[in-house]
Amino acid sequence: MQAFTGFTTIYASLGGLQVGDMLTQLFFFIVLLILLRKYAWGPLMGVMQKREEYVANEIEEAEKSRAEAEKASQEAAAQLKQTKQEAQKIIEDAKSAGVKQEQDIVESARNEADRIKKSAQEEIENEKEKALQALQDKVASLSVLIASKVIEKEISEQDQEKLINEYIKEAGEE
Amino acid sequence: MDHEAPLALDVFGISWLDFNLSNVLMMAIASLIVFVLCVLGSRKLQMKPTGTQNFMEWVIDFVKGMINDTMDWKTGKVFLPLGLTLITYILVSNLMGVVTMATFGHDLWWKSPTSDPGITLTLSTMVIVLTHYYGIKVRGVKEYGKDYVRPFPVFLPIKIIEEFANTLTLGLRLFGNIYAGEVLLGLLAATTSAGIWGFLGGAIPMLAWQGFSLFIGSIQAFIFTMLTMVYMSHKVSSDH
Repeated sequence: MQAFTGFTTIYASLGGLQVGDMLTQLFFFIVLLILLRKYAWGPLMGVMQKREEYVANEIEEAEKSRAEAEKASQEAAAQLKQTKQEAQKIIEDAKSAGVKQEQDIVESARNEADRIKKSAQEEIENEKEKALQALQDKVASLSVLIASKVIEKEISEQDQEKLINEYIKEAGEE
Repeated sequence: MDHEAPLALDVFGISWLDFNLSNVLMMAIASLIVFVLCVLGSRKLQMKPTGTQNFMEWVIDFVKGMINDTMDWKTGKVFLPLGLTLITYILVSNLMGVVTMATFGHDLWWKSPTSDPGITLTLSTMVIVLTHYYGIKVRGVKEYGKDYVRPFPVFLPIKIIEEFANTLTLGLRLFGNIYAGEVLLGLLAATTSAGIWGFLGGAIPMLAWQGFSLFIGSIQAFIFTMLTMVYMSHKVSSDH
């Protein structure tokens, strides 16, 4: 094989085209490729792939949560609006109820006052009547008493006679 | 560059199995460096990346961008580990010869493994074979075969030659760039070690050329990976 080596030797320091070198190179390269793929490129690409997925996932998540937040804020705004309306309604209701109650109270107070006034007047009237009655009674008896006393003193025999006659006459006419 | 390669001929008594031990050593070291760096870089992976994880993810995004430029990501994602391994391995290999070169005795031991045409051609052949494999796997034998006579059957010989040309250019471009860089670096290194005037005259060009070699090494790693993806897309995409 010396002849072949001599023929292919380009330059002494090159060493020529050695079949052994070629086979060794091929072997080394394939082994290097397999080892690196297993211990370096594989894990690296795995991590990069994972990161890519992670980032995509995160973006998706962020978008989702953003949409959710938007929805929630819209809901909150709607709820706030509704609550405000309700509060307004409650206040108005309370106001009108207050007004009504006020009117009611005033009305009932007035009624009560009227009633009390009326009954008081009635009572006053009653008492007055009673007092008048009592006074009348008293006056009557007093006047009788006075009259009897006066009569006892003033009426003479003659007068008495006259009076009796008159009464009899009257009675007879009737 | 009058150094010899440490050859091991007819290993195991097999007449065609020759090794350039320096290449074997450098391939092993390059593979080891790439493996250790990448595994260290992808330890303690977190959702919130810090430090090296950021860098590793940037590399992945970079290669992902290359694949996205050339083909649909759905068909292209299986090539991501291949592209990543190619770009890291070739970059480290290219830079190893820039950092230093070492000889023991008369043999050149420490150099870029990619400054050997056999190795770059192995890589390019592997890539082209993979493009054919995935072309058949993704689109089926019929569609794959039709590509050779599209748009006209006249193109068949050209298309076949193209495959070999692609293999050769892909491998030899990388080899040529790195090898040329190393030749000049070796010459400059020889100059700087040839006395005080040699050192003064050679140091600045050496610095400049090392910087340039760094640039070339990165660019070549990028180009190799990019072209791999381009050839791959020619085979697996149906819109070409």
